[in-house]
Amino acid sequence: MINELSRRTFLLRAGTGISAAWISANWPALLSASKHAHSAAVAANPAKLEFFTPEQATEIDAISARIIPTDELPGAHEAGVLYFIDRGLATFSADDQKTYREGLPELQARVTEMFPNAAKFSSLTLQQQDEVLHSLDENAPSPQRPFRASPGAQSFFETMRQHTIAGFLIDPDFGGNDSGAGWKVIGREREHMFQAPFGFYDRDYAGWQPMPKEADKK
Amino acid sequence: MMVDQPKYKTSYEVDFVIIGSGAAGGILAKELSTNGFRVVVLEQGPYLTETDFTHNEVETLAQDKLTNHPRLQPNTFRKTSSEKAKPQRAVLYGRCVGGTSVHFTANFWRFHEIDFIERSKIGPIPGTTFADWPITYADLEPYYTKVEWEIGVSGLAGASPFDPPRSKPYPMPPLPVKSSGVIFERAARKLGWHPFPAPMAILSQPRPGRSACINCGFCLAFGCEVGAKSSSLATAIRMAEKTGRCEIRANSYVHRIETDANGRAIGAVYFDEKRNTHLQKAKAVVVCANGAETPRLLLLSANKQFPNGLANSSGFVGRNLMLNSGGVTVGVFEHPLNDYKGFAVSRVLHDFYELDPQKVGFYGGGGLDARFDLTPISFALNALPPGTPRWGKDFKSALAHYFNRTMEIFCHGTSLPVENNSFSLDPDLKDAWGLPALRMTYKDHPDDLKLWRWQNERARELLDAAGAQKQWSQPVGESQFAVHLLGTCRMGNDPKTSVINGDHRAHDVENLFLCDGSSLVTSGRGQPTMTIEALAFRAGERITALAKRGEIGA
Ligand SMILES: Cc1cc2nc3c(=O)[nH]c(=O)nc-3n(C[C@H](O)[C@H](O)[C@H](O)COP(=O)(O)OP(=O)(O)OC[C@H]3O[C@@H](n4cnc5c(N)ncnc54)[C@H](O)[C@@H]3O)c2cc1C
Ligand code: SF4
Repeated sequence: MINELSRRTFLLRAGTGISAAWISANWPALLSASKHAHSAAVAANPAKLEFFTPEQATEIDAISARIIPTDELPGAHEAGVLYFIDRGLATFSADDQKTYREGLPELQARVTEMFPNAAKFSSLTLQQQDEVLHSLDENAPSPQRPFRASPGAQSFFETMRQHTIAGFLIDPDFGGNDSGAGWKVIGREREHMFQAPFGFYDRDYAGWQPMPKEADKK
Repeated sequence: MMVDQPKYKTSYEVDFVIIGSGAAGGILAKELSTNGFRVVVLEQGPYLTETDFTHNEVETLAQDKLTNHPRLQPNTFRKTSSEKAKPQRAVLYGRCVGGTSVHFTANFWRFHEIDFIERSKIGPIPGTTFADWPITYADLEPYYTKVEWEIGVSGLAGASPFDPPRSKPYPMPPLPVKSSGVIFERAARKLGWHPFPAPMAILSQPRPGRSACINCGFCLAFGCEVGAKSSSLATAIRMAEKTGRCEIRANSYVHRIETDANGRAIGAVYFDEKRNTHLQKAKAVVVCANGAETPRLLLLSANKQFPNGLANSSGFVGRNLMLNSGGVTVGVFEHPLNDYKGFAVSRVLHDFYELDPQKVGFYGGGGLDARFDLTPISFALNALPPGTPRWGKDFKSALAHYFNRTMEIFCHGTSLPVENNSFSLDPDLKDAWGLPALRMTYKDHPDDLKLWRWQNERARELLDAAGAQKQWSQPVGESQFAVHLLGTCRMGNDPKTSVINGDHRAHDVENLFLCDGSSLVTSGRGQPTMTIEALAFRAGERITALAKRGEIGA
């Protein structure tokens, strides 16, 4: 019950500015269960599956690869997102497992409905796969409410989307983002400490200079 | 980490029991134990230390490893007292030894002279309980200095022409400037404004047992792995433990302050980790549970003698809640800023600290800072430009492009005290221990929203002057989520309109003291913790003097 409430919190937010503090308090509740992704997933791939059957794993891998596709840079597949989700789900609350258990057959039904000759999602062309996922994405961005926070985790697709992003970008020490693939994409160096200069604009900074006198306190 | 802690029996009457080990509680524990008193600190959260802190975003943010947990201690929210409040997360605070100071951003601004006397200067504001403080900036100045030197604050004295007078420079130079800071400084100067290096409660130089900041990049919302963030955990708590007179008792959730037939506090009743109940006896009780939990605890402590809650003859317990208005404007630049490296904020400006209501048409003032405070998953879920696809090829390329090129201007400002804005007990919802949940009632004063919009415009002006390729402000809307928890047991000379006096003593209970964010009379301009800690140092001195003169009784 309370679980359900905290989950909805994400939807309740009205207009206030999204500060990082707000974000940190209003993470998708579904991520809150992925506790053990950590210890399990530190082990190197190929890892064994704990929750999905091999057949299911193929579909999950294919979906995640449309959410963050592979191009000249690695995508969800290379980052081992499948294993992040699998290990997370092995320790998820029954609720969250349910989203996947019910979501996969729904996905299959949608595939059959849209492409009657196709066997399964992973056997569609990439373009067809995107069409299916668009049809499942109830939360396409709306220009009117650009800052709507990630809507709740009700739908299978939204759950997959958030899990894929988390598995792609989490600190590689904690069970996803294999070999720092996701951080390569966003250009985050995989160091634990940094030194100035940090970026382009502070490179040639000459040091602090007081304001010229005449501009001083009015 | 727990060195030489005494273990007091609950039946043993210690000198002080302190409830909460956060920004204020940590400092009071240190001050009172250093002054020779036997102290027990009851902290509801766990005792975590540097080795428990990680860069795991899921564990830290989604699972609330360091913060109040919505499933254990749910909240409800409503805008006005005529509505029924709905369950929703309304507050965020640190729930571990060190409290919110463990994971906060560490912006550390002193209040200015005006913050203490603004009601006299401006006059009454309709619909508010706007008031002067019973103390002035001059009274607090020595304690601001104490905070800077004892816990470690980096900054540059005299860099802002708007700074209030100070008796000593900062103990250490400012942290390095980030690309966001350089962009901000150059553009602000173009506009004739006065940017300056941000004063931060983060070490720029090492101190015994603590590293200087290593710019790890997981700062806001995370615990510092190297002790560079000057949290109570890394500073005052350790000093308190060294006295050998202070016990930090973690996992101890206080739910009642017990009083005797004479209306004196005799101790604190708490649940231990196994949910067994204990009464820790004490000669005096000091509540430092923050602006949300301090009033809640006083309300939970209602009894025959104090039917409206302990220390609540004024009816002000839980009222006059102030949050600090705040907006975020985002800018994107051509070249990589790499602002994910390091702490959050390196430049600030205070040109708008004191706006003239005649000129701008509303009461208020604030400060702007240059920052990037988002970690990778948070960024990907929440911070891409409006209209960016949420998945697929274009989502991925947007991530790749924007993560390193984005900075934020955060506008911090005043909140007016409004009596109905409050924390109270929810009549229906219970927490995991069966206690009434925290209910928040809040509707922004119109001037706070005007200030918020006005400052967003300044931020956009600045980003224009900086040549941002793209910029947008997050929409201004009524607040329903609180991070700064201020004013809910305010200080004052008149027992009818305040809960504590200038010594932090409850008007109604001789041996009960309250010191934390709830003590503030006005909201300042955004960074309250420096003031909360200065108040705690001062309260430590006042309470010690009272105790030594035998005026607390026993
Ligand atoms: C994300 C974030 C960023 C922030 N950034 C800044 C910033 O940059 N600058 C700034 O000035 N401020 C900042 N703040 C605010 C700042 O952290 C608080 O103002 C400050 O910590 C409040 O101090 P306090 O002593 O009132 O309470 P806290 O530090 O919250 O401490 C209260 C303690 O009491 C404990 N407690 C509560 N109830 C009970 C109970 N019943 N029994 C036992 N223990 C209890 C809590 O667990 C907690 O440890 C930030 C806050 C957040 C959440
Ligand atoms: S950025 Fe510096 S102060 Fe912040 S957590 Fe990392 S090392 Fe600590």
